Amino acid sequence: MMTIKMKKGSPHIDKIFKYIAIGAGTYVVALVVMLVVNLSTGSVQVWQHEGIGFLTGSDWNSVEGRESYGAFPYIMGTLVNAGIAMLISVPLSFGIAMFLSELSPKLLRTPLAMVVELLAAVPSVIYGLWGLYVFRTYIQDWIEVPLHNLFGDQSIIFAGTPFGLDILTASIVLAIMIVPTIASISREIMIAVPNSQREAAYMLGATKWEAFRLAVLPYSKSGLIGAVILGLGRAVGETMAVTMLIGNTTGAAAIPTSLFQPSQTMASIMANEFAEASQGGLHLAALVGIGLILFIIAFLINVIAHFLVAKVVKSHEGAVLA
Amino acid sequence: MITTEQRAEFRKHFRYNIGRRLVLDKIVKGIVFTCVVVAIVPLIAILVNVFSNGAAALTWDFLTQIPGAVGSDTPGGIGPAIQGTVVLIGLSSLIGVPIGVMGGIFLSEYGNNRYGRMIRFLNDVIAEFPTIVIGVFAFVLIVLTIGNFSMWAGSFALSIIMLPIVMRTTEESLKLVPVTYREAGYALGVRKWRVIFTIVLSGARSGLVTGILLAVARIAGETAPLVFTILGSSQFISGLDGPIDALPLRIWRLSSLPYDSAVTQGWGAAFVLIIMVLTINIGVRYIFLRNKEKTFIKFRKQGMVS
Repeated sequence: MMTIKMKKGSPHIDKIFKYIAIGAGTYVVALVVMLVVNLSTGSVQVWQHEGIGFLTGSDWNSVEGRESYGAFPYIMGTLVNAGIAMLISVPLSFGIAMFLSELSPKLLRTPLAMVVELLAAVPSVIYGLWGLYVFRTYIQDWIEVPLHNLFGDQSIIFAGTPFGLDILTASIVLAIMIVPTIASISREIMIAVPNSQREAAYMLGATKWEAFRLAVLPYSKSGLIGAVILGLGRAVGETMAVTMLIGNTTGAAAIPTSLFQPSQTMASIMANEFAEASQGGLHLAALVGIGLILFIIAFLINVIAHFLVAKVVKSHEGAVLA
Repeated sequence: MITTEQRAEFRKHFRYNIGRRLVLDKIVKGIVFTCVVVAIVPLIAILVNVFSNGAAALTWDFLTQIPGAVGSDTPGGIGPAIQGTVVLIGLSSLIGVPIGVMGGIFLSEYGNNRYGRMIRFLNDVIAEFPTIVIGVFAFVLIVLTIGNFSMWAGSFALSIIMLPIVMRTTEESLKLVPVTYREAGYALGVRKWRVIFTIVLSGARSGLVTGILLAVARIAGETAPLVFTILGSSQFISGLDGPIDALPLRIWRLSSLPYDSAVTQGWGAAFVLIIMVLTINIGVRYIFLRNKEKTFIKFRKQGMVS
């Protein structure tokens, strides 16, 4: 009788392989769980010492015996810094995205998109170095000093010494860094708008801008909001360039009031003070605690952005196919 | 379909003076074009500055020697930093690539269920985490437990940054392999794991390589997690545990020194780093765009390439 050996090897191998694959996927879940657990246990000391005051206090004193930590100035610093960066980068990125999706000649499209992506590939520390040695002097001479001389007396926003290492410089460099993120995602979202929408507007005699405003914008609104929030997530967590440019003050002095004032963000205080903190001490726990706050903020921002972008890309891909 | 309200809105707009509308159109086009120029200027400025200032620092000694004492007449080089970066990339790939590829296989072959969707979601969220938080995590988990800074802690942190990129790009490239290939395998009586390894993975080869290279380019420039895990050093690697140096970390340390030689060295180190990162990025784009690579275009669509 002829026997046909259907499959080689033990049937268990398939199962084992499947479990290895599931294990690799589970590793991601384990990472997130361990992240939360570790940041919590690492910072438990400071929560016990300061309580909720860790969020609202603005003292920052690491002298032994008089230790007191409050993260409020750095939370504010992060929000203000990221906020100004968003104000600059959002219009800029939408402009770029609109050019790439609506106006650009075919020949220019690929190289331009590539340039925008390369901006994202430049490491953060190089932005910092460039900001520190080159950009800072231009900002100081061309923007800060004139503004300070004109409005320094009347407005608190322009008060302070225009030294170059301050909130303004840090947020402009931060804006340059998040433009590629927002621009490339919003470009994809604008491209996902079906051409029939634009054609309907053109057919009615709309100009390019009108077609964009009446057909493309409403269609891609929630996706664009998602792109902006994703950019905000990047801006909040950005460390090196900001650390090198923001001037790094601590305590109540770091609460941002003027554009020309050195400040501190959550990420930058971790990077700066880490080397001084002794292992097992309260200072270290305070820095890990700031890490936990940053983690929670970034997590929330990313979850919101994820749902907005995913929904739009999914529904629009369906719309393109249909 | 155009609804009645939309039609009414269009009508409303066409009552405007056509001349004014065309002028507005021109103005908007001008603004948009300015945006593009404004975005390109920094990239050109950074490249020009790094290349012109960095090229001046490049000598053989600079690339191979250990750094001199701070502020002394002999500035030394960045040898340990280059060595450290290469070792870190190697070790993190050793951790990140197998897990990432297996995770990608899970998502594409077994992940069409609730658990798969949850992992995909967490993976996307991890990909956007602030890298400094990952550094603090690696510090608490490894450095505090073991008691010293080491390349392992650094590689672990970098592998977490690498993992989501490799996982998503693997998943997407596996999904692009036609079902008929798999079916052909099954029809020949090949087991599922062999179908995946020999047929699907080799069909998705170019996508896998792209994803891994882009992940490497990403971690090569990461600084924040390294501050907490490898600490920095001015010696070549002597053992498995103990602080080591890396290029981005060296740039950061140099930038806080007030000496002229440190500034020159900082530009030099930035030059080496940017060459590494941009070579990988441009190389991948050139090769795959020239071949009209579908995977790459798909990666870009989903914002994974950046």
